Amino acid sequence: MNENKKATLFIQCLVDTIYPEVGEAMVQIFRKLDVNLSCPTNQTCCGQPAFNSGYRKEARKAARHFIQVFENAEMIVCPSGSCVTMVRHHYPELFTNEPHWLQRANSAAARTYEFTEYLVDVLGFEDVGAKYHAKLTYHDSCHLLRGIGVKEQPRRLLSHVQGAEFIEMNNSDQCCGFGGAFSVKYADISTAMVTEKVKNIIESGADTVVGCDMGCLMNIQGMLSRMGSKIKVKHIAQILSST
Amino acid sequence: MTEITTENYLSEAKRAIKNQVLQNALADLQHRFGTETALAYQNLPEGPELRFKAHDIRMHTIDNLDVILDKLAENVRKNGGHVFFANNGKDAIEYSLRIARKHNVKRVVKGKSMVTEEIGLNSAFIESGLDVSETDLGEYIIQLAGEHPSHIIAPAIHKTRNDVGKLFSEKMGIPYITDPAKLTQAARKALREKFLAADMGTSGCNLACAETGHITTVSNEGNIRMATTMPKVYIAFMGMERVAARLEDHDVLIRLLCRGASAQNMATYVSYIGGPRYPGQADGPEEFHLVILDNGRSRILADEDFREMLCCIRCAACLNVCPVYGKIGGHSYGFTYSGPVGAVVTPLLVGINKAKHLCLGETLCGACKDQCPVDIDIPRMLLALRSKLAEGDSVWGVTPADRKEKSMYRAWSWMISHRGVYDLFLKMAAFGQKFLPQKEGMIRWLPPPMNGWTQSRDMKPIASESFLQRWRKGS
Ligand code: SF4
Repeated sequence: MNENKKATLFIQCLVDTIYPEVGEAMVQIFRKLDVNLSCPTNQTCCGQPAFNSGYRKEARKAARHFIQVFENAEMIVCPSGSCVTMVRHHYPELFTNEPHWLQRANSAAARTYEFTEYLVDVLGFEDVGAKYHAKLTYHDSCHLLRGIGVKEQPRRLLSHVQGAEFIEMNNSDQCCGFGGAFSVKYADISTAMVTEKVKNIIESGADTVVGCDMGCLMNIQGMLSRMGSKIKVKHIAQILSST
Repeated sequence: MTEITTENYLSEAKRAIKNQVLQNALADLQHRFGTETALAYQNLPEGPELRFKAHDIRMHTIDNLDVILDKLAENVRKNGGHVFFANNGKDAIEYSLRIARKHNVKRVVKGKSMVTEEIGLNSAFIESGLDVSETDLGEYIIQLAGEHPSHIIAPAIHKTRNDVGKLFSEKMGIPYITDPAKLTQAARKALREKFLAADMGTSGCNLACAETGHITTVSNEGNIRMATTMPKVYIAFMGMERVAARLEDHDVLIRLLCRGASAQNMATYVSYIGGPRYPGQADGPEEFHLVILDNGRSRILADEDFREMLCCIRCAACLNVCPVYGKIGGHSYGFTYSGPVGAVVTPLLVGINKAKHLCLGETLCGACKDQCPVDIDIPRMLLALRSKLAEGDSVWGVTPADRKEKSMYRAWSWMISHRGVYDLFLKMAAFGQKFLPQKEGMIRWLPPPMNGWTQSRDMKPIASESFLQRWRKGS
């Protein structure tokens, strides 16, 4: 086993609690690529829900927990661009007045990578030997795209999947209307937004919509399911782990 | 001040979403300007990075605003103009009414201005017996309809040509027509008479330049040029932040403004107005007044977190890409400024609690920042506003918006610091959800406060074993 390839899994809470199969798909890919894995089992949530709702004290508490749990990890890898944005950009903001914690937050920020970013930019893989027969389209989630600038990596990975046809949908980078608490508190607006997203997905002609964030995908899946649509919703790890 | 209905955000948004005509207009607007503006930045000779330079220019100006405004006032006066610093809308209105009375003004023509909308100048003028006419086509339509603008640049975007045809025939007594060219012609004819009869003109100010002491207006209709040069008295209104220190900064910003506003390299009419006409000059007003309005801006300036918002040049580029604005339109925001800029500026101007929905009812998608010609970090400020709403804030007089939610987050933060407790909670939730209606493995209905989700969406249930529980078993 290549000792240089190491990843400590940072499992987004939605993946942990609702979509564990996404985490397992990621593990499967890493095992295939001989990545040395560890996974602190006392991890919980990065604190983003609290931060986005304005509860910084509570977000700080979550951040401290995260920083301690992952203190010794060399490479922290997460299947969510949103959570990585939280750690990379917002953790340092949370501790501007606490120099000791700021240093630890900056360190965690520098060690944390999103799953496709890690595969392509760190490990240098674009072809992970996946086979998946479907017409795929890809949704750019906001924080992944605009927060940490990941746009091409997932597309390159998908372009190497054998048997898959890739179709760009219209406005793939337009917000799906999830927005965490927004989706519940401002349900009418959120619904109008996801309706448009789903329309673009359907019109693309794809039979499977792929993304890198279960928040958005849960939103999209929720509406497709309500409509009785046959379109499948998959995290990119689920596509890349298929052989 | 103009009427504030920010509390109705939810109900107005709902209404807007149901209005299919509005939905089409908004989709069309965003489709046209969203992509075109992004392209216009790409095609800048200096490259899209000019936005970052412009951000620095604006920040530097805002950081030195007192000195720069002094310089502006000094140079305007040198050019023969008058300058009035208004603390609030009331002062600005009183000053302009004094000018109007002094010159025995009866009829006023207005060029488009959001700042006069902010202070409610029109209604104050009308109450004082003045005849006021908006002369921007969109604003004219809005005025005839007795409404408020729903977009900073395209104020009548919510009106169809049929609406305008009906309105014109009712108010102007012309036959019902729907051809945009003919409608414009009709408005033009009516407005021409207004211009000729006006004793006073007013306009906003897209940007002032301290170095030269001039103000600049940008339009595509030429109406502002007439409103500012034909009547013998002219008053320009500007928010106190709308100034550039040097001409070279000013030019960068005007170029970016045109791209942000309408994806143009340069607007059709760009007027640099340097003061009253000189003796012997054929055109221009005899008297030139510049009203520089604070109206809450000093307070924004004093706050490190929000100062960046004063960089805004009100181009509306952020409205044209905002997916929330694209669904709810401008009126839902309940005040002069809508879209992402409104979501930050309005709470700061009218009260954070009062306008809480504006900053909470957004997804933080970040499209606005990338489209802003001066790269304003709106999501950062939305988050800062939310933290004030969550915790309360004495400087801004904010009371915590939702104490129940606050205690919930407090409990949550304790729970997620203890994985064992968290696991227990998940177990209970997994058990509890068995009683919820499900279909094909998806939950169809969630109890309040989660019911907003299932109003239009299903939800996958919590897994019987979390990933981490599985991992613990497996490794
Ligand atoms: S925030 Fe930026 S994009 Fe929005 S109106 Fe102001 S300058 Fe234009």
